[in-house]
Amino acid sequence: MTGIFPRRRLAALLATTALLGATACGGGDAPGDGTVTLTVDVFGQFGYDALYKEYMASHPGVKIVERGTGSNLDEYSPKLTQWLAAGKGAGDVVAIEEGLLVEYKANPQNFVNLLDHGAADLRGNFLEWKWNQGLTADGKQLIGLGTDVGGIAMCYRKDLFAKAGLPTERDEVSKLWPTWQDYVAVGEQFTAKNTGASFLDGATNTFNTILLQTAGNTTGYSYYDTSDNLVVDSNPAVRQAYDTTMDIIDSGLSGKYGSWSEEWVAAFKQSKFATIACPSWMTGVIEGNAGEGAKGKWDIAQVPGNGGNWGGSFLAVPKQSKHQAEAIELAKFLTSAKGQIGAFNAKGTLPSSPQALDDPAITDSTNAYFSGAPVGKIFSAGAKSLKPVYMGPKNQAVRTEVENAVRTVDLGQRSPEQGWTDAVTNAKKAAAK
Amino acid sequence: MAVQLDARPPAAPAPRRSHPDRGHRLARLDTRFSPYLYIAPFFLLFAVFGLYPLGYTLWVSLHDWDLLGASPTFVGAQNYRQLMSDPDFWNSVVNTLGIFVLSTVPQLLLALWLANLLNRQLRGRTGWRMAVLVPNVTSTAAVAIVFGVLFGREFGMINWLLDLVGIDAIDWKANRLASWVAISTMVDWRWTGYNALIFLAAMQAIPRDLYESAAIDGAGRARQFWSITVPLLKPTIVFAVIISTIGGLQLFTEPRLFNSGTNAIRGGPLRESQTMTMYMFENAFAPHYNFGYGSAVAWLLFALIAIVAAINVLVLRRLGGGREGTR
Repeated sequence: MTGIFPRRRLAALLATTALLGATACGGGDAPGDGTVTLTVDVFGQFGYDALYKEYMASHPGVKIVERGTGSNLDEYSPKLTQWLAAGKGAGDVVAIEEGLLVEYKANPQNFVNLLDHGAADLRGNFLEWKWNQGLTADGKQLIGLGTDVGGIAMCYRKDLFAKAGLPTERDEVSKLWPTWQDYVAVGEQFTAKNTGASFLDGATNTFNTILLQTAGNTTGYSYYDTSDNLVVDSNPAVRQAYDTTMDIIDSGLSGKYGSWSEEWVAAFKQSKFATIACPSWMTGVIEGNAGEGAKGKWDIAQVPGNGGNWGGSFLAVPKQSKHQAEAIELAKFLTSAKGQIGAFNAKGTLPSSPQALDDPAITDSTNAYFSGAPVGKIFSAGAKSLKPVYMGPKNQAVRTEVENAVRTVDLGQRSPEQGWTDAVTNAKKAAAK
Repeated sequence: MAVQLDARPPAAPAPRRSHPDRGHRLARLDTRFSPYLYIAPFFLLFAVFGLYPLGYTLWVSLHDWDLLGASPTFVGAQNYRQLMSDPDFWNSVVNTLGIFVLSTVPQLLLALWLANLLNRQLRGRTGWRMAVLVPNVTSTAAVAIVFGVLFGREFGMINWLLDLVGIDAIDWKANRLASWVAISTMVDWRWTGYNALIFLAAMQAIPRDLYESAAIDGAGRARQFWSITVPLLKPTIVFAVIISTIGGLQLFTEPRLFNSGTNAIRGGPLRESQTMTMYMFENAFAPHYNFGYGSAVAWLLFALIAIVAAINVLVLRRLGGGREGTR
């Protein structure tokens, strides 16, 4: 059909386009008119849009471009790592999640030391532990300025609770479960009523919540102790969280939906579970997954046990940035009390600044989606008394192994004892990699 | 001829010979080297984007190389030794081979059958032929996501259909064989039509009179297919098998997107459907960032593809050899 001539021409065309493509990649970013374009790399929802507009209005020479909004942390973090490793490609300001910060802190040469740029004066603007998390082990370099923290509550569906004959009012619901044992008992009552929904989404999120809470209240560390020894099998907090999670699974309360999977998202829409452990940033996730149809059906109660923190992020400036000074200014602005309040108003991320936490803009705020729950009060109450949990060098890899072991038990692939053995062996293997 | 040679003017040779000689030499150089020049762009590009990364990966695989770390240390073959005794690596090899066999064998048979159907007199023939290629031009990500939903444990359509005929719901993502089947279905959905078109093109090159004389000899459709079509398609089948081998053993997008949620790169809680490329990614990037180890996986994958492709060709040659004798 095709003669030899067109094909040859096509090949030549392909070769030239490939060459052109290769040279085009090498182009620099020279705006020429004196404006500086700052790229901000984020994941999930940081709620900065309005803040950017404000900043650009007061800094005429600066243009801000944000990348990665709505992307999942699993996609974002490898990309950021590749950019840092390649010495090219990262934004001028990058968001770093707390669990991954340790890995980046281990190689601080990739980032600007914010202490060299007057950040030391900002210390009082952050909760003490949040500030300390951003420092390298020797305390000499500040990698990132804190954005939000993840105070934990328990989100629940009022309609399903009513169907099961349980109280629906948030204070009464909080009284149902002072401890996780009580939570299991309530779950058993709920399950007995056959509402067609499970009591909770899946075991892994709850496990992580219990672990961070228990570790915060007892040892102050989870998988690694503060000297970076792997203590999965010897830290009582880990075992305790594991055993409590096993009780939840044994009682048949779990819906077995894998966190962040398509099934999990679908289960929100189909009202397939009644409660979910709820760090402050989760409220935005629930709203997005359950959709407009479920507005007013959700509410927020206290988490069983005592407080806890899950997640929260930092803003850092990579050394490869060509506009470090401007980037640092922007990072300082976004993490200021004012910036944090703006982000909270946009996407519900709980501030890590004590001034912001005391601000009426936070304390008086309610969330219409969650039946007008006073989210500011609920989440900020625990935030200031939070005890941080130390995270070691391979925290993310180890956590992945342990959570997967929990999941195999949740799915009935492993017995609780086998699951624990797997968790310990695989965690050790991951830590050694 | 001889007369003409004799008739040539005697004085002419000297100047005339030197000029055409230079031209001739140039022409000879031209015919000799131009082809290389024409294909050079490909090889230049291949050297830059193929050979160099290949060599660099080998170099990296000999190091303890933290992706973010400042100074990689040379460790020789240690990564390879460690891989040899890494059960998770072998798990990914078995998964890859399993999915490869489960997808390639039915895919090529189905493509052969489809091509045979399309090779007949059909109304709107071109339309049908184009139609089989539609799954191939659909984005892999879209296909993977749709199939991921179809094969859902609780809200999936496949389980709903199984339920109608009284079969219990299957957890497609947490059952090794089930996940292999689901991913193979996805691969076949995309590639069967493509291979069918390649087979069809080759079938059209088979002279009609072979079939006509076979028909006169009383051979039915099936006999014609197995005794004429298949043997004459052998080179094309070899090509399709090698291409499928390379694609099948490098399978990434389908299994990666089939497993959604946190750390989907593991391919299920017990690594039920983690392929070698996924294992490579898990090690080289999140959560391990062990670039050296990941590169070692990449090289072993390369070796495996070479081995499997060689086996394929040998087996096919053996099979085809028998038929060639009877032809």
